[in-house]
Amino acid sequence: MDKTSTILPLEGSGLSVVRDGRVLLDVDHVKLGKQGVTCILGHNGAGKSLLLKVLSGLVKPDLGLVRWNGASIERADYKKFGYMKQNAVLLRRSAKANLEFPLLSFGWSKQDASTKADAALEKAGLTHITHSSARVLSGGERQRLSLARMLIVSPQIAILDEPTASLDPESTAAIEQTIKSLSGTGVPVILVTHNLNQARRLADNIIFLHQGKILSQQSSLSFFNNPECEEAKKFISE
Amino acid sequence: MQELSNTFWDAFGLLLRFDADLYEIIGLSLKVSFTALIFACLIGIPLGALLASTPFRGRAVINVLVNTLMGMPPVVVGLILYLILSANGPLGVLQLLYTPTAMILAQAVLVTPIVAALSRQALEEMNEEYTEQFKLFGLGKTEILKTLIWEARYALLTAILAGLGRAMAEVGAVLIVGGNIDHLTRVMTTTIALETSRGNLAIALGLGIVLIGISLIINASLYAMRYTAKASRYG
Amino acid sequence: MLLRNLWPRLSSAFGVGIIVVSAICASLTMASAEDFITIQSTTSTRDSGLYDFILPVFQKSSGIEVRVVSVGTGQAIKNAADCNGDVLLVHSKPDEEKFVADGFGIKRFDVMYNDFVIVGPKDDPAKINGLKDIELALQNISNSKSFFASRGDDSGTHKAELKLWKLANVDPKPFSGEWYLETGSGMGKTLNVAIGKNAYALTDRSTWAKYGNKQGFVVSVEGLPPLLNQYGVIAVSADKCPNVKTDLAGKFVNWVTSKEGQQAIGEYRIDGEQVFFPNAQNALN
Repeated sequence: MDKTSTILPLEGSGLSVVRDGRVLLDVDHVKLGKQGVTCILGHNGAGKSLLLKVLSGLVKPDLGLVRWNGASIERADYKKFGYMKQNAVLLRRSAKANLEFPLLSFGWSKQDASTKADAALEKAGLTHITHSSARVLSGGERQRLSLARMLIVSPQIAILDEPTASLDPESTAAIEQTIKSLSGTGVPVILVTHNLNQARRLADNIIFLHQGKILSQQSSLSFFNNPECEEAKKFISE
Repeated sequence: MQELSNTFWDAFGLLLRFDADLYEIIGLSLKVSFTALIFACLIGIPLGALLASTPFRGRAVINVLVNTLMGMPPVVVGLILYLILSANGPLGVLQLLYTPTAMILAQAVLVTPIVAALSRQALEEMNEEYTEQFKLFGLGKTEILKTLIWEARYALLTAILAGLGRAMAEVGAVLIVGGNIDHLTRVMTTTIALETSRGNLAIALGLGIVLIGISLIINASLYAMRYTAKASRYG
Repeated sequence: MLLRNLWPRLSSAFGVGIIVVSAICASLTMASAEDFITIQSTTSTRDSGLYDFILPVFQKSSGIEVRVVSVGTGQAIKNAADCNGDVLLVHSKPDEEKFVADGFGIKRFDVMYNDFVIVGPKDDPAKINGLKDIELALQNISNSKSFFASRGDDSGTHKAELKLWKLANVDPKPFSGEWYLETGSGMGKTLNVAIGKNAYALTDRSTWAKYGNKQGFVVSVEGLPPLLNQYGVIAVSADKCPNVKTDLAGKFVNWVTSKEGQQAIGEYRIDGEQVFFPNAQNALN
């Protein structure tokens, strides 16, 4: 764990979310921030996205506490927080302007923001859409742009919720490549996916969720070779 | 049919003669309606933003109220303002009756609910779409408002244009509180009513054409502005 | 969520906006003359064009600007009673006398008269063109159920019309909506309805002379004593209306009943025809 981090680890204890009598999330303790790629696996409706949202402060749990670096999430500083939603929400502006936006809101000068945005576009292979309206991009371009936007602020953690769920193989590959190199720079990556093969390709660690509960937390190697619980076994073999 | 086309051509003839009185009337119409619109936006847009983003007790009541006020008959607004501004009324000492200021007030009352309701609508949709993302950016509250308004700019512009349209088209309110006094409180719509009641249909129609023409010019230029803005850069 | 913290910024933007708007309003209102009076009068008087003719004469000799609010007689009287006028000039003597009796007006003066005429379609369905008997004319209209457009708005013209029906012993009210059309509007709008429905109508001669949409209609009945229409002028009283401009109003009333004002009235022509006949008692000064 990066000792100079201001927001890590993300820690949740006693988390509980109940809706209409159904338990959607029931997690005693979870701690995110280890280096490497941590995949959160589970069936649809297992609570993967919900867990992320609770830990990110987007959803308030009915019970339990969320802390970032020991401090209450009420005082969370999102400036160093990276979160990529499943369906990117982009502003009604050009692709470049979307990348400049977070920097400008941090107080960067227009000139510096512009330079950094150009660099990010180039790195993501998106220079051809620099001035295109973000709303008319293809699905793959939108997700890659969203990823670039998350990275442009140099986050201390990168959380990605099904980033390639509806993408073509080429865009998927591009994004997976970015994830790998990001993890290589020491930034913890949390990846929610229902794609087992993607997990096999990318994960260093696995957190397995089933019906709102964390049933196992293992290294990727041991998870796929020797899953700890029955449900995990079933999940892998499906 | 012959009568109608005769009137039409008479109207054009009058327009082309560039009557000084006509310019005075057009000028006053624009001053009154645009000033009322500024006022309405100053109150309406922040109100709309407030209603769109902050849940507070009684918000539903205010929403219903604003929606209802959107459909206020202008003549009723005029009547109520007359009673308030009348010399023997509560604000009579201000001596605002039969002045352009009273007309601006009346139109502001008519237009503010429209701007508020339509801004609320536009910003509500924006807010729903962006609220999570804004949180993830860690945006401050001013930033959020500024960004919402900019993102909703075209919808807000439509709201403003709707308000302007309402102001320029109404006659009931300005007639009662303005008195349609020659060279003082006579605007395009009240003149159209006046000339119609005098049987001078050509003049009335001509003014009607001018009124529509001005509205057309305003809307067309804004559309052109938007088109070129889109074509060149994206804010 | 946001507005509480935005209050300082919003209020300053708001404040700036208010200043701008007020400046515009002030510029629009301050452009007006120092000395002015407001006359509450009727639409028929305005539509005749009389004011456009005589008021510039008054303004030139007195330096006082005159602002005319022209509405229906009832509304004019109400407006004046609300203290929103300095002078009342209408043509409904009983109502004018009541206005003074109730303390709203100082004194009523005869100012001028014009006459009413019955106008109608050229083909004259009720066969009344040229009749010299007003009662017979109205009875013919009623019997033939020909369309008749009435002001229906309690104005001076309307009241005169009702008096005539009474004189003819005919009650048109039960037929309201059938052949008797009550428009509830001013003279011009009522004439529009008459033209549109091929109906007869009672109108003052001056409005008819100035009316621009005659479409072949003619004057069917005219020149009979019951058709005279008397105008009265009253200065609003400071007893009920403390802010009334008594001096300036008095100047106007004096002028319009003086030799100069009466002469101006008599000189007004529509298509070469005199439409108003001055008859103030003290026309000697």
